Amino acid sequence: MFDLQMVDWARAQFALTAMYHWLFVPLTLGLSFLCAFFETIYVRTGREEWKNLTRFWMTLFGINFAIGVATGIILEFEFGTNWSNYSWMVGDIFGAPLAIEGIVAFFLEATFFAVMFFGWDRVSKNFHLFSTWMVAIGSNLSALWILVANGWMQYPIGMAFNPDTVRFEMENFWAVLFSPVALAKFTHTTSSSFIVGSFFVIAVSSWYLLKGRHIEMAKKSIIVASVFGLLSATYAAWTGDESAYSNASTQPMKLAAYEGLYDGEKNAGIVALGVVNPAKQPGDQQQPFLFEIKIPGLLSLLANRELGSFVPGINDLVYGNEQEGITSVAARMEKGREAISDLAAYKTAKRAGDATAAEISLARFNTNRDSLGYGYLESPEQTVPSVAITFYAFHIMVFFGTFFLLLFLLFLIFSVKDTLAGKRGLLMLGVGSFFLAMIASQSGWVVAEVGRQPWAIQGLLPVNVATTDIGTGSVQATFFMFLAVFTLLLAAEIKIMLKQIKIGPEGL
Amino acid sequence: MSITGLYRFYRDGFRSMTVGRTLWKIILIKLFVMFAILKLFFFQDYLGSNFSTDEERADHVLQQITGPAENNH
Repeated sequence: MFDLQMVDWARAQFALTAMYHWLFVPLTLGLSFLCAFFETIYVRTGREEWKNLTRFWMTLFGINFAIGVATGIILEFEFGTNWSNYSWMVGDIFGAPLAIEGIVAFFLEATFFAVMFFGWDRVSKNFHLFSTWMVAIGSNLSALWILVANGWMQYPIGMAFNPDTVRFEMENFWAVLFSPVALAKFTHTTSSSFIVGSFFVIAVSSWYLLKGRHIEMAKKSIIVASVFGLLSATYAAWTGDESAYSNASTQPMKLAAYEGLYDGEKNAGIVALGVVNPAKQPGDQQQPFLFEIKIPGLLSLLANRELGSFVPGINDLVYGNEQEGITSVAARMEKGREAISDLAAYKTAKRAGDATAAEISLARFNTNRDSLGYGYLESPEQTVPSVAITFYAFHIMVFFGTFFLLLFLLFLIFSVKDTLAGKRGLLMLGVGSFFLAMIASQSGWVVAEVGRQPWAIQGLLPVNVATTDIGTGSVQATFFMFLAVFTLLLAAEIKIMLKQIKIGPEGL
Repeated sequence: MSITGLYRFYRDGFRSMTVGRTLWKIILIKLFVMFAILKLFFFQDYLGSNFSTDEERADHVLQQITGPAENNH
């Protein structure tokens, strides 16, 4: 049943760990800011009900934070064991962002987090508020460094490959930090996490309203969460557009995959709704969709900011398109193989002490180094990620993202009119909204990570070369261990969270 | 805040925890499982534990990424 190769198990394990980790993170990122908003209102108004409300949400934030804390470290364990080639090669690039993330997270968590939870009535109101804001800002800044590292994998810039250390070495920190992919990733990820946090507050508050408990607290919480959610959803739509725009130039294959576009065209349309043809392969004559509703021209606008412009499809990117200046994968594979061969020749010459031969090999390697990763591919079609997974994940994310705008708006309108308590259907939808937001958030990661396959580092290192040469057995064993550990942690979170929600603010 | 004040701040904070006690237990168990079991027995740093110098590690990775081509030289 589980007849997978080591690389597939390593990928499955990484995906499992990342997705479980991502159950906790977006709630931390979103709820931290909501706690800061609630407490700001308390400090500005001096009204005790806002203080109780803040403490209640802060407790739920604390539960999520405590259960989720350090789950991301397991990803670093996996780098060293399962992905040692990759880990070695990117060490110089990832060192700086991850070190900054660690230091920032440690100091913020050790100081301001303690004040946030232990400091009520023991430090001044303003200092407590400052601490809450610092936790919110610090948590989100932690995410920045992780996403900068991830962004670099998807668009490797600001570096040079050193054949002596066999490492990609950072040449321009600012280019890595301000890469358009990293920025789009950070803004889109954090804004979507604000949506998750807002829906968490709406879900719990809606449940209270349905049960007729803590009505005033629930109404106040929903107003703040729906305003924050509406602004975040609007911003997420904009950052999502930026993300797609950057995909068009940096990862056109990902864009083609999540739109199911096989044959590039001018005035390309966006598939609003579609069923992917599972039998469709690159280069064949089958229709890509069994059913589709397409809006003409929009994909050209999204990808190039220009209606009528050409958007390359999967076939153009795999087999090349001379008219549009797109090199085929086969041609790049040739260059990649030459690069690998020249790298090996450089190493041999260096060992033999032949400086002239080493220099010649290095010069040849540098000519083709941008195609290095293509040299490891066995066929051009390997550059195509799973179109069905990428397409559906993208469309689920976009559909929910649009739906969330409407939902936040409805909650805000009925809250302002003070008629929300009577809208039972909407409240029930509110309870379920948190799970929909989680699905959308996870789908976003699926688009980002499945859509960039087969690359660990875009164009330079495919996943099958990035792994360690170890047996499949240990990776299988730890896969199931993680599955058990994370499931236990998730069960603990749900149990403690539900208990605290049932107790409500009076139990604090 | 003095060192004593800081100590009292944390001490009293930990003592007055309610749900926090359960959470701390979970955190400690989780960290134990992660670092004392998983990291120690299942997630050794492959390059760190199999090679003693960075040069050896670099050579190993280079061999891994140029293996097939190197046989031709």
